[in-house]
Amino acid sequence: MNTNDMNHTDDNFRDSKWREELRAAMPAKERTAIPRVVMPQLPADYRITCNEEVNQGLSAEQAVLEATRCLDCPDPQCIQGCPVGIDIPGFIKNIQRGRISEAARVLKRTSALPAVCGRVCPQEKQCESRCIYNKMKKEPVAIGYLERYAADTDRIERAEKGTPSDKPSCPSNGIRVAVAGSGPAGLSFAGDMARRGFSVDVFEALHEIGGVLKYGIPEFRLPNAVVDAELDSLRAMGVRFHKDTVIGKTLSYDDLLNEGFKAVFVASGAGLPRFMGIPGENLTGVMSSNEYLTRINLMGAGRPGSDTPVMKGHHVAVIGGGNTAMDSVRTARRMGAERAMIIYRRSEAEMPARVEEVHHAKEEGVEFLTLCNPVEYLADEKGRVCAMRVQRMELGEPDASGRRSPVPIEGAIDEIKVDEVIVSVGVSPNPLIPDSIDGLEVSRRGTIEVNEDMRSSIPTIFAGGDIVRGGATVILAMGDGRKAAAGVAAKLLSEAK
Amino acid sequence: MFKILEKEYFSEKVVRLVVDAPEVAKARKPGHFVIVRCGEGGERIPLTIADADTTRGSITLVIQAVGESTQKICALNPGDTLTDLVGPLGRATAISKHDDGAVVCCGGGVGVAPLLPIIKAMKAAGNRVVSVLAARTKDLIILEDEVRRHSDEVIIMTDDGSYGRKGLVTAGVEEVIQREKVAEVVTIGPAVMMKFVALLTKKYEVPTICSLNTIMVDGTGMCGACRVTVGGKMRFVCVDGPEFDAHQVDFDEMMTRMRAYDNK
Repeated sequence: MNTNDMNHTDDNFRDSKWREELRAAMPAKERTAIPRVVMPQLPADYRITCNEEVNQGLSAEQAVLEATRCLDCPDPQCIQGCPVGIDIPGFIKNIQRGRISEAARVLKRTSALPAVCGRVCPQEKQCESRCIYNKMKKEPVAIGYLERYAADTDRIERAEKGTPSDKPSCPSNGIRVAVAGSGPAGLSFAGDMARRGFSVDVFEALHEIGGVLKYGIPEFRLPNAVVDAELDSLRAMGVRFHKDTVIGKTLSYDDLLNEGFKAVFVASGAGLPRFMGIPGENLTGVMSSNEYLTRINLMGAGRPGSDTPVMKGHHVAVIGGGNTAMDSVRTARRMGAERAMIIYRRSEAEMPARVEEVHHAKEEGVEFLTLCNPVEYLADEKGRVCAMRVQRMELGEPDASGRRSPVPIEGAIDEIKVDEVIVSVGVSPNPLIPDSIDGLEVSRRGTIEVNEDMRSSIPTIFAGGDIVRGGATVILAMGDGRKAAAGVAAKLLSEAK
Repeated sequence: MFKILEKEYFSEKVVRLVVDAPEVAKARKPGHFVIVRCGEGGERIPLTIADADTTRGSITLVIQAVGESTQKICALNPGDTLTDLVGPLGRATAISKHDDGAVVCCGGGVGVAPLLPIIKAMKAAGNRVVSVLAARTKDLIILEDEVRRHSDEVIIMTDDGSYGRKGLVTAGVEEVIQREKVAEVVTIGPAVMMKFVALLTKKYEVPTICSLNTIMVDGTGMCGACRVTVGGKMRFVCVDGPEFDAHQVDFDEMMTRMRAYDNK
């Protein structure tokens, strides 16, 4: 899907001779009899003592065997399930034949961050949900694990051999584009534009490049070293990064135009955390997941050498059922919480978090208080949170989202002892850029309005990721970056003619 | 890296630093703040910009050493660098010309530093500016000469009477309100000081703006650590502020929240 815009002269087509040979080498019946690989992981009692990555990655033997399961379908549905349209059988079959760097090259054609996506994408809802194995009532090919394997192995091999990262194959066209924000949407856009020969500058407000990949997702799920390696390969492609620069504040949109940028991609991400508006939410000890995770992940709070403080609660309640809630509650366990609880108003079946995250959280001793809705936080004499009251719920009729909506059970209110509360019920778009550009159309929710090419009401401004979606996943943000890159390139190249 | 160009001690614990930051110097307006970080393990610390020089490409910061991070920043010397500096952040002060009375600018302690650009702008807009500076003792009164240069009148209040008049800042402000028409009060200083200025001016129904210095982490509208209750609604100091209608701010809640990390 849509890989024809990236020039490649390789031999990764389904009718390539080597692919035909691989398919002929083993009958489908034999392949489908191979059980799905199990990801090796650190034991739960050890991992809550540290920040080490839980999933350890596949061995070469495991990866090749898992890649053998893939039937290399004539009409691969998995690609349709991928927001950036990765040539999934193309990279998997390269793993099977042992050409890992070639597999990584196939991935890099469509994804700027394969080592990241292999770790944090909800594959069970995307590519893997479309795998032919599901129709056979078998577990799908572990596409995410294989993606991670190819990206990691290629990175390690390159580092060992000192192989430089691939340079863009397109000659430079000298056209400058600016990106506001260095999270997944911005990085994906930057990679695609650099590959097309554009001169790309990425501006980041924080002191670290990577956006949510750095401040949000914890090390135990996505090590910073993995993100840094992906950033290095973008740098090798010529992408320039500028930290400590807030577009709309340090540099205005007009400043960027004056500096010669022909288009701006706004990927400024999520902003203000949402709270529930219940009594006691401003007590000390109650904070947003953004604050909690930023203190720990970006600022290194709790680690030697960091000046940033963080509260270390003994009884920690995390409000919400998404991935950010899981990241927060699992972090709380690692920060020494004896009791780390998820408080979620629906049942576990409705939880938006990835199944794997819920599973890992449970292994790590996290308690799940589902069908519980916080109604009030109570303070001790110093104004610190010391307890919370929750309303017990039951499931009623399905709501607009199709999920059965929770309704309160009259009189069923419990009090729970807590000394730290982390509110993880979503975010609003970051208001900085929408506030700073006159004429930029913004929705009532504060998201930037865009057309199907991700173009805003101002023709030279494109936008994507959470600033457009309000709150989504890494891969959807990357898909936006990719779409915007196609749109910006088409516009600027036609103007340059 | 952002180089320190000049350093001056206002007192043992209060330091003025001039920092090389051309883009911020060009973009900043009165009321804006920056976030700085000193050292690789450094905290992100919000500091209001006290002055800027666009020709030189520098901004002026006034820092009081209160905790570990501010002590580190205060220990920097010319030639040293701040690891990070980002801004200008927040909304700029709304400067208007009042034909119906004076503007009283009252600052306590190091709050006088961020007040200075507002005093200048209020004066430049054609207002009659009465500045009230307050501190515990004479040595802690800062920037008096600069404030005098841009004010029609300056009242100095010290808790111990070692300089100016003995008494709290509110006494100075009340004196002005009682003797002449005051159109607006701007107050910057310790939270408790702003709380009492707000209580006083509410009594006289004088519109009052305060500038809040809550705990922040990112300072760009992400973490929510800076949230305050203003007029019963949750507001974020970093993107909605730092200036708010002082009569609407829940100072007691804010003061409790500012103590969140004491003794930690």
